[in-house]
Amino acid sequence: MATHAGGLSATPVATGTDVVAGAPAVAVRGLVRAYGEERVLDDLDLELALGEFVAILGRSGSGKSTLLRALAGLDHGVAGVGEVRVPDQVSVVFQDSRLLPWARVLDNVVLGLDGVGRRDARDAGRAALAEVGLAGRERAWPNELSGGEQQRVSLARSLVRSPQLLLADEPFGALDALTRIRMHELLRDLYDRHRPAVLLVTHDVDEAIVLADRVVVLDRGRIAVERRIDLDGARDAADPRFAAIRTELLDALGVERKDVTA
Amino acid sequence: MTAVGTITRAGTAPRTSPGAAQIAGVRPQARPDVRPAGRRLGLGRPIPAAGLLGVVVLVGVWVAGSATGLIDQRVLSAPWTVVTTAGDLIAKGDLQENLGVSLTRAALGLAWGVAAGVVLALASGLSRVGDALLDGPIQVKRAIPNLALLPLLILWFGIGEPMKVITIALGVFIPIYVHTHNGLRSIDSRYVELAETVRLGRPQFVRRVVLPGALPGFLLGLRFAVTGSLLSLVVVEQVNATAGIGYMMELARTYGQTEVIIVGLVVYGVLGFTADAAVRLLQRRALAWRRTLED
Ligand SMILES: Nc1ncnc2c1ncn2[C@@H]1O[C@H](COP(=O)(O)OP(=O)(O)O)[C@@H](O)[C@H]1O
Ligand SMILES: [Mg+2]
Repeated sequence: MATHAGGLSATPVATGTDVVAGAPAVAVRGLVRAYGEERVLDDLDLELALGEFVAILGRSGSGKSTLLRALAGLDHGVAGVGEVRVPDQVSVVFQDSRLLPWARVLDNVVLGLDGVGRRDARDAGRAALAEVGLAGRERAWPNELSGGEQQRVSLARSLVRSPQLLLADEPFGALDALTRIRMHELLRDLYDRHRPAVLLVTHDVDEAIVLADRVVVLDRGRIAVERRIDLDGARDAADPRFAAIRTELLDALGVERKDVTA
Repeated sequence: MTAVGTITRAGTAPRTSPGAAQIAGVRPQARPDVRPAGRRLGLGRPIPAAGLLGVVVLVGVWVAGSATGLIDQRVLSAPWTVVTTAGDLIAKGDLQENLGVSLTRAALGLAWGVAAGVVLALASGLSRVGDALLDGPIQVKRAIPNLALLPLLILWFGIGEPMKVITIALGVFIPIYVHTHNGLRSIDSRYVELAETVRLGRPQFVRRVVLPGALPGFLLGLRFAVTGSLLSLVVVEQVNATAGIGYMMELARTYGQTEVIIVGLVVYGVLGFTADAAVRLLQRRALAWRRTLED
Protein backbone atom coordinates (compact mmCIF):
# COMPACT_ATOMS: atom_id res chain seq x y z
CA MET A 1 0.00 0.00 0.00
CA ALA A 2 1.40 3.29 -1.11
CA THR A 3 0.86 6.29 1.07
CA HIS A 4 1.40 9.75 -0.23
CA ALA A 5 1.83 13.26 1.09
CA GLY A 6 -1.89 13.75 1.67
CA GLY A 7 -2.04 10.74 3.95
CA LEU A 8 -4.27 8.80 1.58
CA SER A 9 -3.58 5.25 0.61
CA ALA A 10 -4.50 3.39 -2.52
CA THR A 11 -7.20 0.81 -1.97
CA PRO A 12 -8.05 -2.00 -4.33
CA VAL A 13 -11.49 -2.16 -5.89
CA ALA A 14 -13.71 -4.72 -4.23
CA THR A 15 -15.44 -6.82 -6.81
CA GLY A 16 -18.39 -8.67 -5.38
CA THR A 17 -19.40 -11.96 -6.93
CA ASP A 18 -22.64 -11.66 -5.02
CA VAL A 19 -25.07 -9.83 -7.25
CA VAL A 20 -28.03 -10.56 -5.06
CA ALA A 21 -31.48 -9.59 -6.28
CA GLY A 22 -32.39 -6.31 -4.66
CA ALA A 23 -28.77 -5.46 -3.93
CA PRO A 24 -27.46 -2.57 -6.01
CA ALA A 25 -25.31 -3.31 -9.04
CA VAL A 26 -22.89 -0.60 -8.06
CA ALA A 27 -22.25 0.76 -4.59
CA VAL A 28 -19.72 3.50 -4.03
CA ARG A 29 -19.24 4.87 -0.54
CA GLY A 30 -16.92 7.56 0.74
CA LEU A 31 -14.81 7.49 -2.40
CA VAL A 32 -11.80 9.78 -2.36
CA ARG A 33 -9.38 10.11 -5.25
CA ALA A 34 -6.60 12.65 -5.29
CA TYR A 35 -3.85 13.73 -7.63
CA GLY A 36 -1.24 15.26 -5.37
CA GLU A 37 -2.98 17.55 -2.92
CA GLU A 38 -5.98 17.98 -5.19
CA ARG A 39 -8.97 15.88 -4.14
CA VAL A 40 -10.79 15.21 -7.38
CA LEU A 41 -13.36 12.94 -5.74
CA ASP A 42 -14.15 13.89 -2.18
CA ASP A 43 -16.25 11.48 -0.10
CA LEU A 44 -18.48 10.53 -3.03
CA ASP A 45 -21.45 8.18 -2.63
CA LEU A 46 -23.27 6.60 -5.55
CA GLU A 47 -25.53 3.61 -6.11
CA LEU A 48 -26.83 2.03 -9.28
CA ALA A 49 -29.69 -0.45 -9.20
CA LEU A 50 -29.47 -3.57 -11.34
CA GLY A 51 -30.20 -2.63 -14.91
CA GLU A 52 -30.35 1.07 -14.16
CA PHE A 53 -29.14 3.58 -16.74
CA VAL A 54 -27.42 6.52 -15.09
CA ALA A 55 -25.74 9.44 -16.82
CA ILE A 56 -23.08 11.55 -15.13
CA LEU A 57 -22.83 15.20 -16.05
CA GLY A 58 -20.16 17.55 -14.88
CA ARG A 59 -17.94 20.32 -16.02
CA SER A 60 -14.70 19.42 -17.72
CA GLY A 61 -12.24 18.46 -15.03
CA SER A 62 -14.93 17.71 -12.47
CA GLY A 63 -13.71 14.13 -12.06
CA LYS A 64 -16.12 12.15 -14.23
CA SER A 65 -13.39 10.09 -15.85
CA THR A 66 -11.66 9.65 -12.51
CA LEU A 67 -14.86 8.14 -11.09
CA LEU A 68 -15.33 5.86 -14.07
CA ARG A 69 -11.75 4.67 -13.96
CA ALA A 70 -12.13 3.91 -10.28
CA LEU A 71 -15.17 1.75 -11.08
CA ALA A 72 -13.33 0.05 -13.93
CA GLY A 73 -10.39 -0.69 -11.64
CA LEU A 74 -8.07 1.20 -13.97
CA ASP A 75 -6.75 3.72 -11.47
CA HIS A 76 -3.83 1.83 -10.00
CA GLY A 77 -1.49 4.19 -8.34
CA VAL A 78 -4.03 6.95 -7.84
CA ALA A 79 -4.19 7.81 -4.17
CA GLY A 80 -7.50 7.40 -2.45
CA VAL A 81 -9.78 5.59 -0.03
CA GLY A 82 -13.34 4.42 -0.11
CA GLU A 83 -15.46 1.45 -0.95
CA VAL A 84 -16.28 0.42 -4.49
CA ARG A 85 -18.53 -2.51 -5.22
CA VAL A 86 -19.07 -3.52 -8.82
CA PRO A 87 -20.34 -6.71 -10.48
CA ASP A 88 -18.03 -9.35 -11.91
CA GLN A 89 -18.71 -8.63 -15.54
CA VAL A 90 -17.82 -5.03 -16.27
CA SER A 91 -17.36 -3.71 -19.81
CA VAL A 92 -15.82 -0.37 -20.66
CA VAL A 93 -16.45 1.76 -23.73
CA PHE A 94 -13.84 4.44 -24.21
CA GLN A 95 -14.17 7.74 -26.02
CA ASP A 96 -11.78 6.48 -28.67
CA SER A 97 -13.01 3.15 -29.92
CA ARG A 98 -9.70 1.62 -28.90
CA LEU A 99 -9.69 -1.14 -31.45
CA LEU A 100 -6.42 -2.95 -32.02
CA PRO A 101 -5.45 -1.71 -35.48
CA TRP A 102 -3.69 -4.96 -36.35
CA ALA A 103 -6.67 -7.18 -35.57
CA ARG A 104 -9.66 -7.61 -37.85
CA VAL A 105 -13.04 -6.40 -36.64
CA LEU A 106 -14.26 -9.80 -35.44
CA ASP A 107 -10.95 -10.51 -33.68
CA ASN A 108 -11.31 -7.20 -31.90
CA VAL A 109 -14.83 -8.07 -30.76
CA VAL A 110 -13.86 -11.45 -29.34
CA LEU A 111 -10.54 -10.25 -27.90
CA GLY A 112 -9.79 -12.33 -24.86
CA LEU A 113 -12.76 -14.65 -25.28
CA ASP A 114 -11.24 -17.45 -27.30
CA GLY A 115 -10.06 -19.24 -24.21
CA VAL A 116 -13.61 -20.41 -23.61
CA GLY A 117 -14.74 -22.26 -26.71
CA ARG A 118 -13.26 -20.45 -29.66
CA ARG A 119 -16.07 -21.39 -32.03
CA ASP A 120 -18.78 -20.20 -29.62
CA ALA A 121 -16.99 -16.95 -28.96
CA ARG A 122 -16.72 -16.19 -32.66
CA ASP A 123 -20.39 -17.00 -33.23
CA ALA A 124 -21.31 -14.69 -30.36
CA GLY A 125 -19.00 -12.07 -31.84
CA ARG A 126 -20.72 -12.31 -35.21
CA ALA A 127 -24.11 -11.99 -33.55
CA ALA A 128 -22.95 -8.92 -31.61
CA LEU A 129 -21.66 -7.32 -34.81
CA ALA A 130 -24.98 -8.00 -36.49
CA GLU A 131 -26.73 -6.37 -33.54
CA VAL A 132 -24.79 -3.15 -34.01
CA GLY A 133 -25.49 -3.27 -37.75
CA LEU A 134 -22.09 -4.42 -38.91
CA ALA A 135 -22.84 -7.88 -40.23
CA GLY A 136 -20.52 -8.67 -43.11
CA ARG A 137 -17.71 -6.42 -41.87
CA GLU A 138 -16.10 -9.12 -39.72
CA ARG A 139 -12.93 -9.26 -41.78
CA ALA A 140 -12.46 -5.50 -42.21
CA TRP A 141 -9.52 -3.70 -40.61
CA PRO A 142 -10.49 -1.03 -38.05
CA ASN A 143 -8.75 1.55 -40.24
CA GLU A 144 -11.26 0.86 -42.98
CA LEU A 145 -14.24 1.87 -40.83
CA SER A 146 -15.70 5.29 -40.14
CA GLY A 147 -15.55 6.74 -36.63
CA GLY A 148 -19.16 5.78 -35.96
CA GLU A 149 -18.61 2.24 -37.21
CA GLN A 150 -15.50 1.87 -35.07
CA GLN A 151 -17.46 2.93 -32.03
CA ARG A 152 -20.15 0.39 -32.91
CA VAL A 153 -17.50 -2.33 -33.03
CA SER A 154 -16.38 -1.18 -29.61
CA LEU A 155 -20.00 -1.48 -28.40
CA ALA A 156 -20.17 -4.99 -29.85
CA ARG A 157 -16.95 -5.85 -28.02
CA SER A 158 -18.55 -4.71 -24.76
CA LEU A 159 -21.84 -6.49 -25.35
CA VAL A 160 -20.43 -9.86 -26.31
CA ARG A 161 -19.19 -10.18 -22.74
CA SER A 162 -22.76 -9.93 -21.37
CA PRO A 163 -21.79 -7.21 -18.90
CA GLN A 164 -23.74 -6.60 -15.73
CA LEU A 165 -22.28 -3.11 -15.75
CA LEU A 166 -21.39 -1.03 -18.78
CA LEU A 167 -19.10 1.92 -18.17
CA ALA A 168 -18.93 4.45 -20.99
CA ASP A 169 -16.76 7.58 -20.90
CA GLU A 170 -18.10 10.07 -23.44
CA PRO A 171 -18.42 7.28 -26.00
CA PHE A 172 -19.96 9.54 -28.63
CA GLY A 173 -17.92 12.65 -27.90
CA ALA A 174 -15.83 12.32 -31.05
CA LEU A 175 -18.73 11.68 -33.41
CA ASP A 176 -20.64 14.13 -35.57
CA ALA A 177 -24.14 15.17 -34.49
CA LEU A 178 -26.02 12.96 -36.93
CA THR A 179 -24.00 9.85 -36.15
CA ARG A 180 -24.42 10.60 -32.47
CA ILE A 181 -28.22 10.56 -32.75
CA ARG A 182 -28.05 7.17 -34.50
CA MET A 183 -25.74 5.89 -31.79
CA HIS A 184 -28.18 7.08 -29.10
CA GLU A 185 -30.90 4.99 -30.69
CA LEU A 186 -28.58 2.02 -30.98
CA LEU A 187 -27.37 2.25 -27.39
CA ARG A 188 -30.88 2.61 -26.02
CA ASP A 189 -31.93 -0.34 -28.17
CA LEU A 190 -29.10 -2.53 -27.00
CA TYR A 191 -29.74 -1.48 -23.43
CA ASP A 192 -33.40 -2.45 -23.66
CA ARG A 193 -32.43 -5.87 -24.95
CA HIS A 194 -29.55 -6.68 -22.60
CA ARG A 195 -30.36 -4.62 -19.51
CA PRO A 196 -26.95 -4.11 -17.99
CA ALA A 197 -26.55 -1.35 -15.46
CA VAL A 198 -25.07 1.56 -17.40
CA LEU A 199 -22.97 4.45 -16.19
CA LEU A 200 -22.58 6.93 -19.00
CA VAL A 201 -20.29 9.91 -18.70
CA THR A 202 -21.23 12.76 -20.96
CA HIS A 203 -20.96 16.51 -21.18
CA ASP A 204 -24.03 16.70 -23.38
CA VAL A 205 -27.13 17.46 -21.29
CA ASP A 206 -29.54 16.42 -24.02
CA GLU A 207 -27.74 13.13 -24.48
CA ALA A 208 -28.09 12.46 -20.77
CA ILE A 209 -31.81 13.23 -20.76
CA VAL A 210 -32.51 11.19 -23.89
CA LEU A 211 -30.71 8.09 -22.67
CA ALA A 212 -30.72 7.83 -18.90
CA ASP A 213 -33.21 6.83 -16.23
CA ARG A 214 -31.40 9.08 -13.82
CA VAL A 215 -28.93 11.91 -14.25
CA VAL A 216 -26.40 12.88 -11.61
CA VAL A 217 -24.30 16.00 -11.66
CA LEU A 218 -20.77 15.81 -10.33
CA ASP A 219 -19.46 18.93 -8.66
CA ARG A 220 -16.57 19.55 -6.29
CA GLY A 221 -15.91 15.86 -5.95
CA ARG A 222 -19.42 14.80 -5.04
CA ILE A 223 -22.80 14.12 -6.54
CA ALA A 224 -24.31 17.59 -6.30
CA VAL A 225 -27.65 16.99 -8.01
CA GLU A 226 -29.69 13.92 -8.87
CA ARG A 227 -32.58 13.98 -11.28
CA ARG A 228 -34.81 11.07 -12.22
CA ILE A 229 -35.93 11.33 -15.85
CA ASP A 230 -39.61 10.53 -15.67
CA LEU A 231 -40.50 11.23 -19.28
CA ASP A 232 -42.57 8.35 -20.52
CA GLY A 233 -42.42 7.18 -24.13
CA ALA A 234 -40.31 8.92 -26.75
CA ARG A 235 -38.11 11.61 -25.31
CA ASP A 236 -38.52 14.66 -27.43
CA ALA A 237 -36.36 17.72 -26.98
CA ALA A 238 -39.37 19.82 -28.02
CA ASP A 239 -41.40 18.50 -25.06
CA PRO A 240 -41.73 21.28 -22.45
CA ARG A 241 -41.00 18.80 -19.65
CA PHE A 242 -37.76 17.89 -21.45
CA ALA A 243 -36.89 21.57 -21.62
CA ALA A 244 -37.64 21.98 -17.93
CA ILE A 245 -35.28 19.17 -16.99
CA ARG A 246 -32.63 20.58 -19.27
CA THR A 247 -32.90 23.99 -17.61
CA GLU A 248 -32.66 22.40 -14.21
CA LEU A 249 -29.54 20.44 -15.13
CA LEU A 250 -27.88 23.35 -16.87
CA ASP A 251 -28.48 25.41 -13.73
CA ALA A 252 -26.86 22.67 -11.70
CA LEU A 253 -23.89 22.81 -14.04
CA GLY A 254 -23.66 26.54 -13.45
CA VAL A 255 -24.57 27.47 -17.00
CA GLU A 256 -26.63 30.65 -17.31
CA ARG A 257 -29.70 30.03 -19.42
CA LYS A 258 -29.00 32.94 -21.74
CA ASP A 259 -25.54 31.59 -22.59
CA VAL A 260 -27.01 28.52 -24.19
CA THR A 261 -27.12 29.06 -27.89
CA ALA A 262 -27.89 25.61 -29.17
CA MET B 1 -23.47 29.74 -72.05
CA THR B 2 -19.90 28.92 -72.79
CA ALA B 3 -19.20 27.57 -69.32
CA VAL B 4 -21.52 24.64 -69.85
CA GLY B 5 -19.66 21.64 -71.11
CA THR B 6 -16.18 23.01 -70.62
CA ILE B 7 -13.92 20.81 -68.62
CA THR B 8 -13.10 22.40 -65.31
CA ARG B 9 -10.21 21.71 -63.09
CA ALA B 10 -10.89 19.80 -59.95
CA GLY B 11 -12.01 22.13 -57.25
CA THR B 12 -13.47 24.81 -59.47
CA ALA B 13 -17.17 24.45 -60.13
CA PRO B 14 -18.45 25.78 -63.44
CA ARG B 15 -19.92 29.20 -62.83
CA THR B 16 -23.30 28.78 -64.42
CA SER B 17 -26.23 30.59 -62.98
CA PRO B 18 -29.12 28.13 -62.89
CA GLY B 19 -31.54 30.76 -64.12
CA ALA B 20 -29.58 31.45 -67.25
CA ALA B 21 -29.15 27.79 -68.00
CA GLN B 22 -32.85 27.19 -67.71
CA ILE B 23 -33.65 30.03 -70.08
CA ALA B 24 -31.29 28.51 -72.63
CA GLY B 25 -33.04 25.17 -72.13
CA VAL B 26 -29.87 23.47 -71.00
CA ARG B 27 -29.48 21.90 -67.58
CA PRO B 28 -26.25 22.91 -65.92
CA GLN B 29 -23.83 20.09 -66.45
CA ALA B 30 -22.57 18.34 -63.38
CA ARG B 31 -19.00 19.10 -62.52
CA PRO B 32 -16.83 16.43 -64.16
CA ASP B 33 -15.45 14.04 -61.60
CA VAL B 34 -11.84 15.07 -61.97
CA ARG B 35 -10.00 14.25 -58.79
CA PRO B 36 -6.32 14.33 -58.04
CA ALA B 37 -4.99 10.81 -58.44
CA GLY B 38 -3.29 10.76 -55.07
CA ARG B 39 -3.00 12.47 -51.74
CA ARG B 40 -2.34 16.19 -52.15
CA LEU B 41 0.38 16.08 -49.50
CA GLY B 42 1.47 12.59 -50.46
CA LEU B 43 4.42 11.68 -52.59
CA GLY B 44 2.55 11.98 -55.86
CA ARG B 45 1.61 9.45 -58.49
CA PRO B 46 3.44 6.12 -58.05
CA ILE B 47 6.10 5.60 -60.72
CA PRO B 48 5.89 2.14 -62.31
CA ALA B 49 8.86 -0.07 -61.35
CA ALA B 50 10.13 2.87 -59.34
CA GLY B 51 12.67 0.76 -57.51
CA LEU B 52 14.49 -0.10 -60.71
CA LEU B 53 14.51 3.27 -62.44
CA GLY B 54 17.66 4.68 -60.85
CA VAL B 55 19.54 1.45 -61.49
CA VAL B 56 18.56 1.43 -65.14
CA VAL B 57 19.79 5.01 -65.54
CA LEU B 58 23.12 4.12 -63.93
CA VAL B 59 23.63 1.10 -66.19
CA GLY B 60 22.76 3.29 -69.15
CA VAL B 61 25.54 5.69 -68.25
CA TRP B 62 27.96 2.76 -67.90
CA VAL B 63 27.00 1.41 -71.35
CA ALA B 64 27.32 4.81 -72.98
CA GLY B 65 30.66 5.49 -71.27
CA SER B 66 32.15 2.18 -72.35
CA ALA B 67 30.82 2.42 -75.92
CA THR B 68 32.26 5.89 -76.43
CA GLY B 69 35.57 4.92 -74.86
CA LEU B 70 35.13 7.48 -72.09
CA ILE B 71 35.61 4.68 -69.54
CA ASP B 72 39.00 2.95 -69.70
CA GLN B 73 38.59 -0.85 -70.07
CA ARG B 74 41.43 -1.49 -67.61
CA VAL B 75 39.70 0.56 -64.93
CA LEU B 76 36.15 -0.60 -65.49
CA SER B 77 35.31 -3.37 -67.93
CA ALA B 78 32.51 -2.77 -70.39
CA PRO B 79 29.08 -4.14 -69.50
CA TRP B 80 29.18 -6.65 -72.36
CA THR B 81 32.56 -7.97 -71.23
CA VAL B 82 31.06 -8.44 -67.78
CA VAL B 83 28.06 -10.23 -69.29
CA THR B 84 30.21 -12.63 -71.37
CA THR B 85 32.48 -13.24 -68.37
CA ALA B 86 29.43 -14.01 -66.26
CA GLY B 87 28.29 -16.37 -69.00
CA ASP B 88 31.66 -18.15 -68.96
CA LEU B 89 31.63 -18.39 -65.18
CA ILE B 90 28.16 -19.88 -65.24
CA ALA B 91 29.11 -22.32 -68.01
CA LYS B 92 32.07 -23.53 -65.93
CA GLY B 93 29.81 -23.73 -62.85
CA ASP B 94 32.07 -21.41 -60.83
CA LEU B 95 29.51 -18.68 -60.27
CA GLN B 96 26.73 -20.98 -59.07
CA GLU B 97 29.04 -22.82 -56.72
CA ASN B 98 30.48 -19.68 -55.16
CA LEU B 99 27.09 -18.02 -54.99
CA GLY B 100 25.70 -21.09 -53.26
CA VAL B 101 28.42 -20.95 -50.63
CA SER B 102 27.94 -17.22 -50.08
CA LEU B 103 24.17 -17.49 -49.86
CA THR B 104 24.36 -20.32 -47.37
CA ARG B 105 26.73 -18.31 -45.19
CA ALA B 106 24.57 -15.18 -45.30
CA ALA B 107 21.37 -17.13 -44.72
CA LEU B 108 22.80 -19.07 -41.78
CA GLY B 109 24.20 -15.93 -40.21
CA LEU B 110 20.95 -14.10 -40.78
CA ALA B 111 18.86 -16.92 -39.32
CA TRP B 112 20.98 -17.23 -36.18
CA GLY B 113 21.19 -13.49 -35.79
CA VAL B 114 17.46 -12.93 -36.20
CA ALA B 115 16.66 -15.75 -33.80
CA ALA B 116 19.09 -14.43 -31.19
CA GLY B 117 17.90 -10.85 -31.65
CA VAL B 118 14.24 -11.79 -31.24
CA VAL B 119 14.83 -14.02 -28.22
CA LEU B 120 16.96 -11.39 -26.49
CA ALA B 121 14.50 -8.61 -27.33
CA LEU B 122 11.61 -10.65 -25.93
CA ALA B 123 13.56 -11.57 -22.82
CA SER B 124 14.52 -8.01 -22.06
CA GLY B 125 11.39 -6.38 -23.44
CA LEU B 126 8.93 -8.49 -21.48
CA SER B 127 10.64 -8.79 -18.12
CA ARG B 128 12.37 -6.34 -15.85
CA VAL B 129 14.96 -8.90 -14.80
CA GLY B 130 15.75 -9.67 -18.42
CA ASP B 131 16.05 -5.98 -19.13
CA ALA B 132 18.42 -5.43 -16.20
CA LEU B 133 20.62 -8.36 -17.21
CA LEU B 134 20.65 -8.10 -20.98
CA ASP B 135 20.18 -4.58 -22.15
CA GLY B 136 23.43 -3.21 -20.73
CA PRO B 137 25.78 -5.78 -22.30
CA ILE B 138 23.97 -5.55 -25.61
CA GLN B 139 24.33 -1.77 -25.65
CA VAL B 140 28.05 -2.24 -24.98
CA LYS B 141 28.31 -4.73 -27.85
CA ARG B 142 26.43 -2.28 -30.01
CA ALA B 143 29.04 0.36 -29.39
CA ILE B 144 31.82 -1.89 -30.69
CA PRO B 145 31.94 -2.08 -34.48
CA ASN B 146 31.31 -5.66 -35.43
CA LEU B 147 34.37 -5.94 -37.61
CA ALA B 148 36.63 -4.88 -34.76
CA LEU B 149 35.72 -8.22 -33.18
CA LEU B 150 37.06 -10.13 -36.15
CA PRO B 151 40.59 -10.78 -34.82
CA LEU B 152 39.16 -12.16 -31.58
CA LEU B 153 36.61 -14.28 -33.40
CA ILE B 154 39.34 -15.73 -35.62
CA LEU B 155 41.38 -16.62 -32.53
CA TRP B 156 38.38 -18.27 -30.91
CA PHE B 157 36.72 -19.99 -33.83
CA GLY B 158 39.50 -20.30 -36.41
CA ILE B 159 39.09 -19.26 -40.01
CA GLY B 160 36.46 -21.81 -41.02
CA GLU B 161 32.75 -21.51 -41.61
CA PRO B 162 31.67 -21.18 -37.93
CA MET B 163 33.70 -17.97 -37.55
CA LYS B 164 32.10 -16.56 -40.69
CA VAL B 165 28.52 -17.42 -39.69
CA ILE B 166 29.07 -16.12 -36.14
CA THR B 167 30.47 -12.84 -37.39
CA ILE B 168 27.46 -12.33 -39.64
CA ALA B 169 25.05 -13.29 -36.86
CA LEU B 170 26.72 -10.86 -34.46
CA GLY B 171 26.12 -8.05 -36.91
CA VAL B 172 22.53 -9.11 -37.55
CA PHE B 173 21.23 -9.48 -34.03
CA ILE B 174 21.91 -5.88 -33.00
CA PRO B 175 19.41 -4.13 -35.31
CA ILE B 176 16.86 -6.89 -34.72
CA TYR B 177 17.25 -6.50 -30.96
CA VAL B 178 17.20 -2.72 -30.92
CA HIS B 179 14.13 -2.27 -33.11
CA THR B 180 12.13 -5.17 -31.71
CA HIS B 181 12.88 -4.09 -28.14
CA ASN B 182 11.85 -0.56 -28.97
CA GLY B 183 8.67 -1.88 -30.59
CA LEU B 184 7.84 -3.93 -27.51
CA ARG B 185 8.43 -1.04 -25.16
CA SER B 186 6.58 1.63 -27.07
CA ILE B 187 3.21 -0.07 -27.27
CA ASP B 188 0.46 2.47 -26.63
CA SER B 189 -0.58 2.32 -22.98
CA ARG B 190 -4.19 2.71 -24.08
CA TYR B 191 -4.02 -0.81 -25.45
CA VAL B 192 -2.65 -2.06 -22.17
CA GLU B 193 -5.63 -0.48 -20.47
CA LEU B 194 -7.94 -2.14 -22.96
CA ALA B 195 -6.30 -5.48 -22.32
CA GLU B 196 -6.96 -4.99 -18.61
CA THR B 197 -10.63 -4.19 -19.10
CA VAL B 198 -11.21 -7.28 -21.25
CA ARG B 199 -9.14 -9.25 -18.74
CA LEU B 200 -6.55 -10.67 -21.07
CA GLY B 201 -4.21 -13.09 -19.39
CA ARG B 202 -0.51 -12.46 -19.78
CA PRO B 203 0.06 -14.99 -22.59
CA GLN B 204 -2.92 -13.65 -24.51
CA PHE B 205 -1.79 -10.09 -23.88
CA VAL B 206 1.63 -10.89 -25.31
CA ARG B 207 0.16 -12.74 -28.27
CA ARG B 208 -2.66 -10.36 -29.20
CA VAL B 209 -1.25 -6.99 -28.23
CA VAL B 210 2.48 -6.98 -27.60
CA LEU B 211 3.78 -9.09 -30.47
CA PRO B 212 1.62 -7.60 -33.23
CA GLY B 213 2.36 -4.16 -31.84
CA ALA B 214 6.09 -4.82 -32.01
CA LEU B 215 5.96 -6.32 -35.51
CA PRO B 216 6.55 -3.04 -37.37
CA GLY B 217 9.67 -2.49 -35.26
CA PHE B 218 10.90 -6.02 -35.90
CA LEU B 219 10.43 -5.68 -39.65
CA LEU B 220 12.31 -2.40 -39.70
CA GLY B 221 15.12 -4.13 -37.83
CA LEU B 222 15.00 -6.94 -40.36
CA ARG B 223 15.66 -4.52 -43.18
CA PHE B 224 18.78 -3.25 -41.46
CA ALA B 225 19.76 -6.81 -40.57
CA VAL B 226 19.56 -8.08 -44.13
CA THR B 227 21.73 -5.27 -45.42
CA GLY B 228 24.10 -5.78 -42.50
CA SER B 229 24.42 -9.49 -43.14
CA LEU B 230 25.63 -8.86 -46.69
CA LEU B 231 28.07 -6.27 -45.40
CA SER B 232 29.57 -8.77 -42.98
CA LEU B 233 29.53 -11.43 -45.69
CA VAL B 234 31.77 -9.32 -47.92
CA VAL B 235 34.30 -8.88 -45.15
CA VAL B 236 34.45 -12.46 -43.86
CA GLU B 237 34.72 -13.84 -47.38
CA GLN B 238 38.00 -12.04 -47.83
CA VAL B 239 39.49 -13.68 -44.76
CA ASN B 240 41.07 -16.92 -45.96
CA ALA B 241 37.97 -18.16 -47.72
CA THR B 242 38.28 -21.06 -50.12
CA ALA B 243 34.94 -20.54 -51.74
CA GLY B 244 32.31 -17.85 -52.12
CA ILE B 245 31.81 -14.76 -54.21
CA GLY B 246 34.38 -12.84 -52.15
CA TYR B 247 36.94 -15.60 -52.69
CA MET B 248 36.21 -15.52 -56.40
CA MET B 249 36.87 -11.77 -56.40
CA GLU B 250 40.08 -12.08 -54.37
CA LEU B 251 41.38 -14.66 -56.81
CA ALA B 252 40.49 -12.43 -59.74
CA ARG B 253 42.41 -9.57 -58.14
CA THR B 254 45.62 -11.57 -58.02
CA TYR B 255 45.23 -12.34 -61.75
CA GLY B 256 44.15 -8.80 -62.57
CA GLN B 257 40.73 -9.88 -63.94
CA THR B 258 38.71 -6.68 -63.54
CA GLU B 259 35.68 -8.18 -65.26
CA VAL B 260 35.39 -11.04 -62.73
CA ILE B 261 35.61 -8.55 -59.87
CA ILE B 262 32.79 -6.60 -61.43
CA VAL B 263 30.72 -9.76 -61.87
CA GLY B 264 31.19 -10.34 -58.14
CA LEU B 265 30.16 -6.78 -57.35
CA VAL B 266 27.06 -7.09 -59.51
CA VAL B 267 26.15 -10.34 -57.76
CA TYR B 268 26.55 -8.70 -54.35
CA GLY B 269 24.44 -5.80 -55.56
CA VAL B 270 21.68 -7.97 -56.97
CA LEU B 271 21.73 -10.01 -53.78
CA GLY B 272 21.32 -6.96 -51.57
CA PHE B 273 18.67 -5.45 -53.78
CA THR B 274 16.63 -8.65 -53.94
CA ALA B 275 16.90 -9.27 -50.22
CA ASP B 276 15.76 -5.76 -49.39
CA ALA B 277 12.89 -5.99 -51.85
CA ALA B 278 11.86 -9.30 -50.29
CA VAL B 279 11.77 -7.77 -46.81
CA ARG B 280 9.80 -4.80 -48.06
CA LEU B 281 7.29 -7.13 -49.65
CA LEU B 282 7.06 -9.02 -46.39
CA GLN B 283 6.56 -5.71 -44.61
CA ARG B 284 3.69 -4.76 -46.88
CA ARG B 285 2.04 -8.15 -46.47
CA ALA B 286 2.45 -8.36 -42.72
CA LEU B 287 1.38 -4.78 -42.06
CA ALA B 288 -1.64 -4.75 -44.33
CA TRP B 289 -3.60 -3.04 -41.56
CA ARG B 290 -1.43 0.04 -41.75
CA ARG B 291 -2.39 3.03 -43.83
CA THR B 292 0.78 4.98 -44.41
CA LEU B 293 1.89 7.80 -46.65
CA GLU B 294 3.42 5.22 -49.00
CA ASP B 295 0.05 3.84 -50.10
N1 LIG C 1 -3.22 11.34 -14.23
C1 LIG C 1 -3.50 12.54 -13.69
N2 LIG C 1 -2.56 13.23 -13.02
C2 LIG C 1 -2.82 14.42 -12.45
N3 LIG C 1 -4.03 15.01 -12.51
C3 LIG C 1 -5.02 14.39 -13.16
C4 LIG C 1 -4.81 13.13 -13.79
N4 LIG C 1 -5.97 12.74 -14.36
C5 LIG C 1 -6.86 13.71 -14.12
N5 LIG C 1 -6.30 14.71 -13.40
C6 LIG C 1 -7.00 15.92 -12.92
O1 LIG C 1 -8.13 15.54 -12.22
C7 LIG C 1 -9.22 16.35 -12.53
C8 LIG C 1 -10.39 15.52 -13.01
O2 LIG C 1 -10.07 14.90 -14.22
P1 LIG C 1 -11.10 14.00 -15.01
O3 LIG C 1 -11.64 12.95 -14.12
O4 LIG C 1 -10.43 13.51 -16.24
O5 LIG C 1 -12.24 15.05 -15.39
P2 LIG C 1 -13.44 14.92 -16.39
O6 LIG C 1 -13.44 13.56 -16.98
O7 LIG C 1 -14.66 15.22 -15.59
O8 LIG C 1 -13.23 15.98 -17.41
C9 LIG C 1 -8.74 17.36 -13.55
O9 LIG C 1 -8.48 18.57 -12.88
C10 LIG C 1 -7.48 16.76 -14.08
O10 LIG C 1 -6.56 17.77 -14.38
MG1 LIG D 1 -13.13 12.89 -18.99
